[in-house]
Amino acid sequence: MRLVARILIVLMLACVIARGVSAQGHQVRVAAAADLKFAMGELVEEFEKQSGTKVNVTYGSSGNFFSQMQNGASFDLFFSADIAYPKKLEAAGLVEPGTLYQYAVGRIVIWTPADAKVDVAKQGWNTLLDASVEKIAVANPEHAPYGRAAVAALQKAGIYESVKAKLVYGENISQAAQFVQSGNAQAGIVAMSLAVSPAMRDGKRWEIPAEMHPALEQGAIVLKGAKNKEAARAFLEFVKSTTGRATLAEYGFAFPEKPRKEEKR
Amino acid sequence: MEALWLSMKLAACVAAILLLIGMPVAYWLAYSNWRGKFLLESLVALPLVLPPTVLGFYALVAMGPRGPLGKLWIALFGHGLAFTFGGLILASVLYSFPFAVQPLVASFEGVDRKLLDASAVLGAGGLRTFWRVILPLSLPGVVTAAVLSFAHTLGEFGVVLMVGGNLAGVTRTVSIDIYDHVQSLEYGAANRMALVLLAISFAVLSVVYAVNRRVWTPWPAK
Repeated sequence: MRLVARILIVLMLACVIARGVSAQGHQVRVAAAADLKFAMGELVEEFEKQSGTKVNVTYGSSGNFFSQMQNGASFDLFFSADIAYPKKLEAAGLVEPGTLYQYAVGRIVIWTPADAKVDVAKQGWNTLLDASVEKIAVANPEHAPYGRAAVAALQKAGIYESVKAKLVYGENISQAAQFVQSGNAQAGIVAMSLAVSPAMRDGKRWEIPAEMHPALEQGAIVLKGAKNKEAARAFLEFVKSTTGRATLAEYGFAFPEKPRKEEKR
Repeated sequence: MEALWLSMKLAACVAAILLLIGMPVAYWLAYSNWRGKFLLESLVALPLVLPPTVLGFYALVAMGPRGPLGKLWIALFGHGLAFTFGGLILASVLYSFPFAVQPLVASFEGVDRKLLDASAVLGAGGLRTFWRVILPLSLPGVVTAAVLSFAHTLGEFGVVLMVGGNLAGVTRTVSIDIYDHVQSLEYGAANRMALVLLAISFAVLSVVYAVNRRVWTPWPAK
């Protein structure tokens, strides 16, 4: 019995200590779309250096975050790969008024490993039709904005029906990237922001022209339930600043102000 | 419903394979006197404590064209193992391994050693003793192993998510389907599927506990 009591005491102590660690204040909790994985890391680093405020980022699919926030998930800031989700949250009255901001426009590329048999930079769309490409990784178009863009672009290029059987679906854009980066798929349609990341930089890529798919308008908001509103706003301001935008641009994000090419009719 | 059917098919295949592999492994674990046996016991139990992300990650890398398994598979069949039903079976067998082996070990160990000795004295070899004495006496354990590995595979999510690629009719199991519905905010569809899965899981577990009941009367005698 004494042994049981001792084990219980140790476990309870561990539990109390762990709570102490996780309950530390003064930090911004950010939910970020998976395509921001690398850009956000750098943004956070710079912001933390400047302000001394700690930023905690959770990456995932925007749709997932959206349903979590509808159900009361306690984040301070939300960077969504599709501005529709923040807009819906705003309509539901969950957003701090006036904070909705379109921080970037996403770009998509066809990416293959460096040792691929086809040269995507030269072949473009034809890469996907090549016999050596058995599987093509895309994000799930049912709920991932990048997946919708990929499918729309394939349809616009007129090859969707021919490559449909080759498609495999990642839960979010990061997983789609991981499927092709690990070699299990031979090509993928991924976010430019991931294609330029350290692990994928060495592969080959071809940017899908922006007019081939609906614009990937990315939006951020501060949540009404934010515990640390001031710090959350400060971080959002930092992302809007010249430094913040430079970092986003470096990771392959475009900006809404840039006039998009008019669609030819 | 396609997803549910697929999950059932996967679970049945996995349960069958696990029984076949599990029985020799469990036999060895139950009767070996090797000093280092605890190491193998730990290895078998690993999937109980490892997160599906670890299993899924290694499975994905191993199945890739640069992984040992992927290389072998491509050489044999000409295509990769990830995103296929076969790949899913392999990952699930690893994932549900302890759920088959542990009940088998427990029931094999529960067989009275005197009966084994008697069988040996009467001239039966190891295999014959296993078939005629151990297995009949371990029937509840075998049923438990089969049912638990079936149910555990049915409820598998993380590993399938990591190696499946979400292909309708091939790797989109019922748990992935439910997840997709929730992500797409189709709570009604998610709820219907989830309820069906809940009912099936309850029924399946009821079988396990019913088989392991000591008293076989619906109402206890007064």
